[in-house]
Amino acid sequence: MSNKPLKDSVKRRTVLEGICAAGLVVPGMVGAQVLDPATLTPPQANDVLVYSYGDESGNVIGINELDADSKQIFAWAMDPVNRILRNGTRLNQVVLVRVAPDRLSDETAARSINGLVAYSGVCSHTGCDVTDWNDEFLRFQCPCHESQFDPADGARVVGGPAPWQLAALPLKDIDGAVGVAREFEGRVGFPQPGLSPFGI
Amino acid sequence: MKITITLIKKGTLLVACLLALAACEEQQPAATQESVADAPRISSPPQPADISAYSAVTDDRLLNPEPENWLMFRRTYDGQGYSPLDEINADNVGNLRFAWSMSTGLTEGHQSPPIVNNGIMFVTTPLNHVIAVDAATGDGLWEYSRQLPFDISLIHPTNRGVALYGDKVYMATSDANVVALDARSGEVIWEQPVADYRNGYYMTLAPLPAEGKILVGVSGGERGIRGFITALDAESGEELWKTYTIPGPGEFGNDTWPEDGWQTGGASVWVTGNYDPELNMSFWGIGNAGPWAGDARPGDNLYANSVIALDMDTGELQGYHQYHWNGSWDWDEVSTPILMDVEREGRTIKALVHPGRNGYLWVLERTAEGINFIDAEPYVYQDVFTSIDPETGRPTYDMAHKPGLGKVASYCPSLSGGKNWVPAAYSPQTGLLYIPANDNYCSSWEGTDVEYRPGQGFTGTTNRGASIIEGADHIGEIQAWNVNTGEEVWTKEFELANWGPILATAGNLIFSGGTADRLFRAHNASTGELVWEQRLNSGVTGVPTSFAVNGKQYVAVQSGWGIDAAGMQRRLDTLQGRTTIVPQGGVVWVFALDD
Repeated sequence: MSNKPLKDSVKRRTVLEGICAAGLVVPGMVGAQVLDPATLTPPQANDVLVYSYGDESGNVIGINELDADSKQIFAWAMDPVNRILRNGTRLNQVVLVRVAPDRLSDETAARSINGLVAYSGVCSHTGCDVTDWNDEFLRFQCPCHESQFDPADGARVVGGPAPWQLAALPLKDIDGAVGVAREFEGRVGFPQPGLSPFGI
Repeated sequence: MKITITLIKKGTLLVACLLALAACEEQQPAATQESVADAPRISSPPQPADISAYSAVTDDRLLNPEPENWLMFRRTYDGQGYSPLDEINADNVGNLRFAWSMSTGLTEGHQSPPIVNNGIMFVTTPLNHVIAVDAATGDGLWEYSRQLPFDISLIHPTNRGVALYGDKVYMATSDANVVALDARSGEVIWEQPVADYRNGYYMTLAPLPAEGKILVGVSGGERGIRGFITALDAESGEELWKTYTIPGPGEFGNDTWPEDGWQTGGASVWVTGNYDPELNMSFWGIGNAGPWAGDARPGDNLYANSVIALDMDTGELQGYHQYHWNGSWDWDEVSTPILMDVEREGRTIKALVHPGRNGYLWVLERTAEGINFIDAEPYVYQDVFTSIDPETGRPTYDMAHKPGLGKVASYCPSLSGGKNWVPAAYSPQTGLLYIPANDNYCSSWEGTDVEYRPGQGFTGTTNRGASIIEGADHIGEIQAWNVNTGEEVWTKEFELANWGPILATAGNLIFSGGTADRLFRAHNASTGELVWEQRLNSGVTGVPTSFAVNGKQYVAVQSGWGIDAAGMQRRLDTLQGRTTIVPQGGVVWVFALDD
C-alpha cells in the first residue's frame, strides 16, 4: 500500500512530539495550542502501527516487514482515518517483533499477524522502556533491572524482578499494514504502591 | 504534584488508641478482680515530641552538630559517617535491643539515613515519601507523599535522604524536582524542577545544605543526560548557580569529548557532596560517561569518573582529579571522597580519601589551588590498571580488559565496582577507614551502537556474563584501613555480596548490614570482631545513624532490599545455580540498650 500521505502527516506530529520531549511544554500542549487528546489515547482497534525511530520513522509498518527472531522495534499506533498519531505519552509505546510461527504459543498466535506480535514497551517493574533484546534466548530484556519477557508466549516474565507480563496488543492485517485488532490486553505501566505507613 | 498529610492529631490519636487498647488487654485480669473505683489507673501513653518546638538548623549547627544529633547525610560536612556517642560500646553492645520499628509501606531499595534533629527523625523512601517520626517513641508526626508523574520510569527507585536547613526539610525527587517542606507540618513551601524527567533526568541524593543554599546533582547517565550540580536558594528555591559536569564548547575540557558527545555524555551525580568551609569548596564524585563503551566517545571525557571541587558561592570549578579516563567499565565514581587528615612522610595532608568503584583506594590533597594526587593502591582484585603515574595518578590500561564497540572483554572488579555508592566511614577514634567492599567478582560485556533517544537507555551494551574468580570463597568484605600507613588492619569476609553503608561510633563500633541474609551487625571497630547481630525483615542497604534523646543513645537504620543490590544478587545466583530469597519492604528499625 502507499503510505506517503500518512508519512507526511506523521512527520509533522513527530515534530510536535519532539518539542514535548524537549520539555518546552507540558504534555498535551504546544504553546497555546492544545494537542488532540486522541494522541494520549492508547492504541485503538483499526489503528495502524508506524515506526517510532530511525530512517523509517513515521512510515506505516507492513505485515511482511521485520526479520524473524530479531530485535524488537518501537512503534506508535496511528488512527489512519484522521491520521492522529497516539504518541502523547510514552505509555502508548509499542514493541513489535516477528517470532518464528512454530514458536508462538496458541494464545499468542491468536493475537499475531504473520508472526508479528506487539506488546506495551513499558516494563511492568518500574516503567522503563523495554529496549534490549537477548539474542541468546530471543527475549525482550529491560535495560534497567534485567527483567526478561518471552514474546512467543504472551511476554510472560522469564527472568528478573518484573511482577507480570507486558500488556499485549492484538494485531490484524489492514490492507497489508500491521493493524490493531483490539486495545491492550493487560495492565500497561507499573504500580506506584505508595502505601502510607500511617494508613491514611 | 503533592499530597500532604497533616496528622499530628490524627496520628497521635491513633497511636494513643492502640496503646490504650494494649494497656487495657494487659490490665484486664486485674480489673475483673477489683471494683471499678479500685481499678488500677491506665497510664497515659507517651506523648509524641512537641514538633512545634522544632529547633531550626543553622549553619553553626551543621558545622558543629551536637553529639546527640545526626543532621545530614553523613552527619558532618567531612562525610566521615561518625557519631561521637559512646553509651553503646564494644563492651555492652551485646545488650542492644529492639526499641521500635515502623513499616514504610513501600518496596524497593530503602537507602536513606534516619536523620535526627533534637528528637525528630526524618526518613525518605523510594517513590519520594518523607516521614517525620518521634525518634524516641516511633510515633508518627507527619508524612509527605510525592505524586510522581504517571509516565515516569524509575531505573533507581530510591532516595538517599533529606537535608535539614532552617525550619525546612528538603528532598530531591525521582522526577528531578527539589521539594521544600515545613519541618513542623510537612506542608510544601516550594518545589523547583531542576531538569525534565522525560529526558532521563532524576535525582536520588540527599541535598547538601550550606550557606543559605541547597545543592543537588542529577542522575541519568545511563539515559544520555548532561550532568550538573545546582545550588538553589534555601528560602525561595530560586536557582543561584548551575555547573555542568561536562564542559561546554569553549570551556576547558570540552575537547576531551567527541564533537557532540558532551551533550549526552552522562557524568551523573548520585551522592551528596562534602564541604570544606575553610576552602569554601564542595566536593562531588562524578559518574561515568555514556555510552559505556569508551571507544564510542574517544577522549578523556572530563569530568566523568572524577572528583570535582566547586566554589560554594559561585559554583565555579576549583579543581578536579579524574580517577580513570575514557572509562569503559560502568565504574561511576559516585561516592564523594571523605575529608580527613592523612600523614605522609611526616606531613599532615588535608586529604580526600576515596575507595573507588575502580577498586583503588585514592588519597588526594585538597588545597585552595585545587586537588593534588598523592597515591593510590588496589583494595580489591583489579585487572585493568597496569600502572599509575606517580605524579599525576593517571592510570594505564590493559586493553584486553577494556570492552569496546563489538569487542567483548571481561574485567575485575565487576561493573558494580570494588565499592558502589554505599558510603565508607572514618573513625577519628580508631584512625581507621572502613570500606564496604566486593571482591572476586567480574563482568563481561560488549559495546553496541546506540542511537540517542530522549529518556531512553543510552548505554549501548550487551551483557556477556559475569564470573567469580576461581577458588574465591567470598564476595563481600568490610575492610579496615590505616590510611597513614597504607595497612589493611582487618578484614571481615562474607560469602554474599556486601551493599551495606557503614556507621562508625565512638563506642569503638561500626554498624552495617548489606548482605542478602538480612543481618544487621555491629563489629568491634578496632579488631573487626562481630559483637552483635540482628536479623531483620529485609536486607539492609540503608545508611545507619546514631542519635540520642534525653541522654539515651539509639542506633537506627532502614531495611528494604532492592535495585542494584538485588540485581547483583540475582546475577550471582545465576552463576552459582541457586535462588536467594530476600523479601522486600521498608522498615525503620531503632535499637537501644536495655534500661
